[in-house]
Amino acid sequence: MIFGLEFPPIENLVEWPNIFGPADSWYGFNKIALINLIALVGTTVLFLVAGRKKTLEPATNAPKGSRNLVESAVAFIRDGIIIETIGPAGLRYLPFLASLFFFILITNIFEVIPFFHMPGNARMAGPAVLALLTWAYFIAVGIKHQGLKYFWNSVAPPGVPKALLPLVVPIELLSTFIVRPFSLAVRLFANMLAGHILLVTFSVLCITLWGASLLLVVLPFSFVMLVGLTGFEIMVAFLQAYIFTILASVYIGSSMHAEH
Amino acid sequence: MSILAQVTTAAEAVALTAADQKSISAAGYAGLAYGLATLGPGIGIGYLVGQSVQAMARQPEAAGMVRTTMFLGIAFTEALALIGFVVFILLKFV
Repeated sequence: MIFGLEFPPIENLVEWPNIFGPADSWYGFNKIALINLIALVGTTVLFLVAGRKKTLEPATNAPKGSRNLVESAVAFIRDGIIIETIGPAGLRYLPFLASLFFFILITNIFEVIPFFHMPGNARMAGPAVLALLTWAYFIAVGIKHQGLKYFWNSVAPPGVPKALLPLVVPIELLSTFIVRPFSLAVRLFANMLAGHILLVTFSVLCITLWGASLLLVVLPFSFVMLVGLTGFEIMVAFLQAYIFTILASVYIGSSMHAEH
Repeated sequence: MSILAQVTTAAEAVALTAADQKSISAAGYAGLAYGLATLGPGIGIGYLVGQSVQAMARQPEAAGMVRTTMFLGIAFTEALALIGFVVFILLKFV
């Protein structure tokens, strides 16, 4: 409690009671699970609806409606992420990276959607699963392209002098197979949790100032800050989905060929 | 017997306060720890974005490539600050 401002304990911000199912049961279903389900079903339905429309605008020969949205998003992932980081050889990984991008984007954007106000990735389980999935994916791509030699190539890049190997191998082993998934998961989780706590802080401040008599003059500034931060968090939701996808793309690209 | 019980209770009370003391001092230092964790990444991201803007201004046709690499660099640099934030949460609330 600071200056009459009562901040709720952190459990109240991120832990949600089950909508159905008893607490601590494996089939308990809470708000986070609902957000993940909406992201899954929403992405699938969006792509199905967009893929069903075959018509183009007659005047400009351009796609319209949901197909326009999905086509521009996929073109952004293709040209802005895959071509830039892997090259044309990485185009076969477009479906995986596009689903990753859309799933993370939709779960993140629930941070600013009314009645939810909770990013699905502010609990560690979601980012951890996505990072483990990416980890397994880039290792599988490495084994497919280089065989079992991939593990040796990734811990000892060709061209490193023999004398340096005892130093290089542990560092590369740690940074490739342990730090990569850990930092992927922690980056997404911490960004979303920090944004959520920031929004909660300013909301609590606004509510507290509403009841204050003399300090009411500060309320407009606090409210403007809250609105501005909401816009900022929309940008962060996009940026984190972009960064997660681009890092997954870089990791996949680096396991396609031995480093040189 | 009663003296022994009293001693045990007193020892338990002392142990509890020691644990409490530790968590209280950890919570007090949490803000300092996070503040220190932001210093390096702050300088790093500032330098990185500044140099990227300079590169884009000097060679606008390479802007797309520079922007992608810039976001990659920001993601790697920012990771340290975010780990600091997680440590802050762990010190403060757990």
